Amino acid sequence: MASQAVAPAVVRTRSSGTGDSVARFVALFFATLLVAIAVLLVDQLFVRSAPARESLGWGFLRGTAWNPVTDQFGALPFIYGTVVTSLIGMLISVPMGLGAAIFLSELAPAKISNALTFVIELLAAIPSVIYGLLAIFTLVPLMRTYIEPFLKHSIGQVPYIGDLFSGPAYGVGYLTAGMVLAIMTIPFVISVSRESLMAVPREQREAALALGATRWETTWQIVVPYAKLGILGSVFLGLARALGETMAVTMVIGNAPAVHTSLLAPGYTIAAVIANEFAEAGGKIHPAALIELGLILFFLTIVINGMARLMIVATTSKGSKRA
Amino acid sequence: MNLRTWRLLVNATMLTLTGVCTVITVSVLFVILGLLLYHGASSLSIHFFTQLPKPTGETGGGMANAIVGSAQIVGIAALIGIPIGFIAGIYLSEYEDKRFASFVRYVADLLNGVPSIIIGILAWALVVLPFHHFSGIAGSVALSVMLIPIVTRQTEQFLREVPLALREGALALGASKWKMIATVAVPAGSKGILTGMILGVARIAGESAPLLFTALGNQYWGGLTEPTSSLPVMIYQRATSPYEDWNQQAWAAGLVLIAMVLTANILARMVLAKGVSLPRG
Repeated sequence: MASQAVAPAVVRTRSSGTGDSVARFVALFFATLLVAIAVLLVDQLFVRSAPARESLGWGFLRGTAWNPVTDQFGALPFIYGTVVTSLIGMLISVPMGLGAAIFLSELAPAKISNALTFVIELLAAIPSVIYGLLAIFTLVPLMRTYIEPFLKHSIGQVPYIGDLFSGPAYGVGYLTAGMVLAIMTIPFVISVSRESLMAVPREQREAALALGATRWETTWQIVVPYAKLGILGSVFLGLARALGETMAVTMVIGNAPAVHTSLLAPGYTIAAVIANEFAEAGGKIHPAALIELGLILFFLTIVINGMARLMIVATTSKGSKRA
Repeated sequence: MNLRTWRLLVNATMLTLTGVCTVITVSVLFVILGLLLYHGASSLSIHFFTQLPKPTGETGGGMANAIVGSAQIVGIAALIGIPIGFIAGIYLSEYEDKRFASFVRYVADLLNGVPSIIIGILAWALVVLPFHHFSGIAGSVALSVMLIPIVTRQTEQFLREVPLALREGALALGASKWKMIATVAVPAGSKGILTGMILGVARIAGESAPLLFTALGNQYWGGLTEPTSSLPVMIYQRATSPYEDWNQQAWAAGLVLIAMVLTANILARMVLAKGVSLPRG
């Protein structure tokens, strides 16, 4: 604002005056274009899913049958699969990511911390299809021959919880997809958590240590609670990523449009079914139903992302105020 | 004493565990690279870069069309996305109409968080549907929609790191505002902005989800107005196919793709990522 207030006062020749207003208009135009894209996105999702919404109604959300040939469309198996795989992913990636973030911000010397963070950022840059490629040829056989039979014969025998680990070991399914999502979301959890941990004022740590707390007690009882909003933000950021993740999940989820209790069973996610069926979807309702699924996914990720950003903004502003 | 030993024990255990978490995470990258090298290098030959894919059942062949197709799709996406994103970023940083700017910023973040497959639906509705066929251009449009918000936010962020004094200096010397932006602010932030652009392009180059039903794929050379083959989509199709030979090609393509993406990332981060380049320190 300050520079703006100065600008017109200093000099105003005729030519630079028009140049300025043109430049300003151009910049404003491109910024507005960005908004227009977002509006267009929402508009198209609504318009193109209209046939499905009109003919299927709210029942679409509760329907469990999906058969394009007989025009049966139910969204539940996909919503269920999306949520379950993402939750499995976060269940693994949050403790791992938080642990690593604590190590990087509290223990490691700055040089090592920066080098490792660089490596972790590269992990985030790996294309999703590569994760899928590796998962198909390494993780899936591993799950099928070792991990899933092991789970079935150990936790699978426990009453109630055992149902989660029952049925044949296919190698593909909710659990495998969840594990791939865990690996893919860890970098996001680490980088945002690490930043919020590092934003905690040094005095907080010194005070706790001076009172005789151990390094871990300082970290867990003082530093982590101080940064908890930012950490929560990183969790939601990772969750939003997991919900919308397409290729890697499509390759290992098993593509079975059904709701299964067992995590070893093959399932389906919203993004995966769009990826698999959209190009060949014929008729009026099938593509529209897929786009309606997209609309559901869109709102899901928007809400989660919005919450993540609010939390991250809240921590950074809180930190700077108190420090 | 007992309590003290216990506390020290907990301390040591938990701190070790955090180290273990880090080691596991970091080693994932090396495991990925190792596996790609191990499986990919053996099936990588000169034919991979020069030949077209062979029909099902025949062994051999390459992915020349996919490599060129990817370059075309990503190149055009960059031509559309970078200028729009760059200028929008300038607007956010330099022309602060407070309310509208923060709204645009919010929208950019929102677009950034939209799953790429949904961006694909947008491009399908805007380009594939009106022209009644899949095309490389539709893929470019999808990727450019992903690129724009990335470039916008990166440009804004690095322009903001340029000190205000530099701008005021230029204005005080009588430069008009746009001249100040073009000759002082942007050059000062150029390294960071360029880094952001390279990282953004590297990211969209690895995307396959938005190309599945826009650019689709092609067994032959495709023009941009026809279905066009791309490396990431090719990896997906080859990896999920039942043929051993095709699976091997997926590994080779994976190796090529990751080599390109990681090289761009490492170069951008190491060579360019010095942030603001001030005239003197």
